[in-house]
Amino acid sequence: MIEIDSITKVYGGTTVVDAVSMTIETGTITVIVGTSGSGKTTLLRMINRLVEPTSGSVRINGEATSDIAPHLLRRRIGYAIQGHGLFPHHSVGRNIAAVPRLLGWPKDKIAARVDELLALFGMEPGAFRDRFPAELSGGQQQRVGVARALASRPDLLLMDEPFGALDPIIRARAQADLREIHQKLGSTIVLVTHDMEEAIRLADRVGVMDGGKLVQHGPPEEIVARPANGFVAEMVGDAERPMRLLSLIPVRGLVEDGAAPGEPLRDDASLRDALSECLWTGRDAVPVTRDGAVIGRVTLNAIRTRVGRHA
Amino acid sequence: MPRGLSPPGLLFAALGLVALALPFATLRANRIVAGEGVFLWDAAGPGVVAVALAAMIAGLALGLQAARPWWRLGGSLLGLAGLVLVLSRGAGRLLEGAGDLARVSPAAGFWCLLLVLMMLMADALSTLRPGPRLRLVLLAAVLGALALVLTSGALSELSIMQEYRARAEGFRRAAIRHVALAFGSLGAAAAIGFPLGILCHRRARLRGAAIPVLSFLQTIPSLAMFGIMIPVLAWVAATVPGAAEIGIAGIGFAPAFLALLLYSLLPVVANTVAGLNATPPAAVEAARGMGMTDRQRLWGIELPLALPVMLAGLRIVLVQNIGLAVIAGLIGGGGFGTFVFQGLNQTASDLILLGALPTVVLALVSAIVMDILVDFARRTPKRESA
Repeated sequence: MIEIDSITKVYGGTTVVDAVSMTIETGTITVIVGTSGSGKTTLLRMINRLVEPTSGSVRINGEATSDIAPHLLRRRIGYAIQGHGLFPHHSVGRNIAAVPRLLGWPKDKIAARVDELLALFGMEPGAFRDRFPAELSGGQQQRVGVARALASRPDLLLMDEPFGALDPIIRARAQADLREIHQKLGSTIVLVTHDMEEAIRLADRVGVMDGGKLVQHGPPEEIVARPANGFVAEMVGDAERPMRLLSLIPVRGLVEDGAAPGEPLRDDASLRDALSECLWTGRDAVPVTRDGAVIGRVTLNAIRTRVGRHA
Repeated sequence: MPRGLSPPGLLFAALGLVALALPFATLRANRIVAGEGVFLWDAAGPGVVAVALAAMIAGLALGLQAARPWWRLGGSLLGLAGLVLVLSRGAGRLLEGAGDLARVSPAAGFWCLLLVLMMLMADALSTLRPGPRLRLVLLAAVLGALALVLTSGALSELSIMQEYRARAEGFRRAAIRHVALAFGSLGAAAAIGFPLGILCHRRARLRGAAIPVLSFLQTIPSLAMFGIMIPVLAWVAATVPGAAEIGIAGIGFAPAFLALLLYSLLPVVANTVAGLNATPPAAVEAARGMGMTDRQRLWGIELPLALPVMLAGLRIVLVQNIGLAVIAGLIGGGGFGTFVFQGLNQTASDLILLGALPTVVLALVSAIVMDILVDFARRTPKRESA
């Protein structure tokens, strides 16, 4: 658990982060969203003390970060940034091994960990271990950057716009990979982005920052359905709200008995997928399957009723 | 233009043909009077001239083959062999019956042909783009051939070699002194300049003070700089206890060394700062974020990434110092400059060449070796995508 307690950063009279407090549960993904200049990156960098707070404190599992030497603190926390920051003169393997080497792991343990991570990120260790970053595609570089951040099995992973430099298709894949890896490893992730879509797709909890203040912090459904103020509503986007909300709800909650024509959907698809399918194929209902067997249908009416509560 | 002809090759061939018609050598009654030009066809026996002329014309013709850089390289070597052949066979023949004090020196025709053939070689090499290892081998081969020609005695009748024989011991000392001045000041500049450059990179205020001062030093004319050192170091030797005992004096090695060192600092410091500034900011940020200490980041990330640019700074300094060290001869600092200034005083042009040619060769070889080192430092792929 990470407790951020009224942390503040002032640069030459300008308050960049203003008394932000939040608690981050172990094993969750928290996404901090804001426009540029909102203080979101400064907040993130105060967690691993790349920026020293002017006042306030951060505790990780009860231990104050101010009691640990900054470089030792940072070795315990994974850190992935936009544009990956790979060392261009080191091979992929040596990049991933960076933190374990700092921690003095034995060689064979490091080698095994590098291969394990490459395999986890779908990169054949024998083919990628000895390549240099410039020989990889943008998506591969980004994956190596995240693998490097995870190398020493940190309890906490900080990510600063990690997908910002990727094109939309690669970015969607990287986001899906991150969710999957999070489910496998169960680490705590704090991710900063300016993209509300990304926040809603990834987060267990979303924190919205504006002008250095944390204006809302809660589950994505709450951010979309009940924005705390005009700024949050604007970030979510009025016209996008129904679709954003639908994208958060799986169809399995609205399945009813009955038959429907045409191609079925899996029960872990979102209501947004179901609506899109209905509109595109001109159907009023879509069959739903679980493990390959049809378990019922979801109707256009049910979807409309589910979203329409917010009048 | 016909297909397959190399435009520079055509230029070299034209220049080479013109150079063949210039006086090839100069015959003088003694080492300081003006001489008379001797044309290539009179410079050696008809058989030798025919062979050499054929070799040079064939070499220039091979240089025309745009698509075959190896042929062009071979052509330049063939031409050079012809050039050396005339010179070695011709000198003895010209001196026959010309008197004991008579001297033979290469003249405009020789130097122009040498220049044209070297340019052909450089042009062929720039198309071939040999890797650093192959360049090292080629350099060693050329130097080996040069040493072989010089030690074989084939050129011993030439005036410059006679000047050399008269001063063999002095030449050896001058060579050692020249290398000591150039490389010693390079080492000192690296020892001071690298740490200063690293500090300048980290502290903007220091950079703002240091770079203008070093730039100002660079603008002082070299003769003036060596001159200024004389009173400064004479004063140091006279006032600082122990300074005179360790060899500090107004003239000699110390002022020359110091002057070269001052000229060296700007390229070393400026390139160190530039190299460190060019390290990818994201990599430096990542290094900090993963918990590297300042020292680990400097040695593990920043310096290795800045190394090619830092070495390029050393290359500038080395070539610059080898040339500038000639002026040390003027203030008793020794080196090849001694012969240059003696030759100027005596109007003995071959004595000037005895100082100038080794300086040029040394600078050229140092530049090539440093380029090879920079290439080795750039082992990682250059292509950097976002």
